Amino acid sequence: MQPLRLTAFSLITCLGSGLEAMLAALQAGRSGLNRRHFEGGLTTAVGEVVLPLHSPLPPGLAEFDCRNNRLAALALQDGAFAAAVAAARERYGAGRIGIFLGTSTSGIASTEQAYRRRDAQTGKLPADYRYAQTHNTFALGALAARMFRLGGPAVVISAACATTAKAFGNAARMMAAGLCDAAIVGGADSLCSTTIYGFRALGLTAEAPCRPFDEARDGLSLGEAAGFTLLEKAGSRGHRDDILLLGLGESNDAHHMSTPDPRGQGARLAMERALASAGLGTREIDYINLHGTATRVGDAAEDAAITQVFGSQTPCSSTKGATGHTLGAAGIVETIISALAIRHDFMPGSPNTQTLDPALRCGYLLKTRSGRVARVMSNSFGFGGSNCSLILGRATP
Amino acid sequence: MKAYVEGLGVWAAGLEGWTACRDVLAGNRAYEPAPLALPPSPLLPANERRRTVATVRLALQVGSEAFAHAGRDPSATATVFTSSGGDGETLHGILDALDSAELDVSPMRFHNSVHNAPAGYWTIATHSREPSTSLCAFDASFSAGLLDAVAQATFDDRAVALIAYDLPYPEPLHSVRPIGSTFAVALVLTPKPTPASFGRLMLSLGEEMPTPTKMTDSALETLRRGNPAARSLPLLLALARGDHADLVLDYVSSNRLAIAVAPPPW
Repeated sequence: MQPLRLTAFSLITCLGSGLEAMLAALQAGRSGLNRRHFEGGLTTAVGEVVLPLHSPLPPGLAEFDCRNNRLAALALQDGAFAAAVAAARERYGAGRIGIFLGTSTSGIASTEQAYRRRDAQTGKLPADYRYAQTHNTFALGALAARMFRLGGPAVVISAACATTAKAFGNAARMMAAGLCDAAIVGGADSLCSTTIYGFRALGLTAEAPCRPFDEARDGLSLGEAAGFTLLEKAGSRGHRDDILLLGLGESNDAHHMSTPDPRGQGARLAMERALASAGLGTREIDYINLHGTATRVGDAAEDAAITQVFGSQTPCSSTKGATGHTLGAAGIVETIISALAIRHDFMPGSPNTQTLDPALRCGYLLKTRSGRVARVMSNSFGFGGSNCSLILGRATP
Repeated sequence: MKAYVEGLGVWAAGLEGWTACRDVLAGNRAYEPAPLALPPSPLLPANERRRTVATVRLALQVGSEAFAHAGRDPSATATVFTSSGGDGETLHGILDALDSAELDVSPMRFHNSVHNAPAGYWTIATHSREPSTSLCAFDASFSAGLLDAVAQATFDDRAVALIAYDLPYPEPLHSVRPIGSTFAVALVLTPKPTPASFGRLMLSLGEEMPTPTKMTDSALETLRRGNPAARSLPLLLALARGDHADLVLDYVSSNRLAIAVAPPPW
């Protein structure tokens, strides 16, 4: 593929707001996960974002008010990011900036609350509930278009936990097709009962903060996050800190709706396609940010795929022990973590992971390590067997 | 940006399959919507057929019809799925369970609730490891899917199937998101003409466009307006008649998608 330039970033996770907060936490090996008790006798660690009490939604967009859109709006309003979008709007025109966002559950928490407030007689939802602006998968896209007054192609991708990695593919295709000159790529997912109790039903939530690749790993920790990047053509004038999207590979397991293929064949295909699309060999990848959600089968399947493609030497780690699994937002969160690894020449370790599972053979990093990082692969895999691998690199070698 | 249509699948009341749909749209038969009974998909194993949710059955039905029509192998073809709302019964079941003291979400409902559930079942049923994406753009979901599928066909120089579906939500969701009736459509698109191609689509996106094309038949117009996937009807009409046609579909915000349809020879 033609490399694309990532020229601005914005990120909010349980580790804080902004890239500096994420960088500091990763370098210190800090986790943002905390044990919490939920109704119905459920205890599980989550990565929760502390949101301001007042809605950050701009006047006129109050109908979008819900946790997911508040999280997204806060990230979109980040000063440097909003300024970069405004400058791009000036440079390319409002109709030439595309919006390719992702979410898995959008503002479903608002519908959960509305169901609890159903009219006892009629069963109707309360009059103040707004389906289109909160629950619908496209709500995030409509919000971003309204906030930045953009009129280019806009779509929301929802392919479970590979969503915001795959969004780069949608953006790259539309840019290659000449339908836009720049794109906002990213998304948001927020904690809600649907995923907390849904993953409990599948027996996949851990009580203690998750421990990816640990021999005692016993499930995932849900997190929430919003992250965005501005994607521009590589030929456009850039900054020395810019990061390039060099390659992208998508595949499907064609195996099972909620269990990965234990042989990791779909994951392997996504990684091989990303390498082919970047025109790179495995030795040219300095670090791999794994999907690594800390489920027994998920980590084992990814390890099988990684060792088939890379062997056991390439340093790799999952940062889910730091951020939790942010579901649809995981792709953009880990893209930004990969960008930080390149900018600051370090490879993040894996907080909470104590003893590596001896059955897993990839070059897993427990502790954060310094070292030259020119190119990173980031993996995102999801329900439905949806897989996506991205390769990012330095704009200035 | 252009692509060629080599296969179609349709499912809606009164439009069961492309042949029936073509007859109605070409004016050879009156549109008489009758209660819809979706046949179990032959793509699914017998034990899966009964418990599979409606969106999955719909997507598999129109997808398999379009591939049979095209004479193309689905295992080697990329897919774009698009829907405004996903599976309403599944969603309602989860939300209802979360409004009870037990908070017991059915694990199967949970995995069926993801927006890409039809894509997951499709790739399992067709053994396809090719790229697949699942999109939403509210009422413009069909246009957004078509644009993405054609961009992918062009950019990756490969066949891409677009599968669009939406069906009514149960109450109380129906009152806040009224979708009129069930509609699903699938198109197999290629970047270059093939012996099976029967329509060329040239797409352009912009704000300075005529108003979106309507159906002249009032019942079909009601169907078009009532379901995001049925916004494809003006395109299906042009393909059914095999004529040159210039049509406009709604897109997001003030944008519109213009489609110039041409029959062979090109």
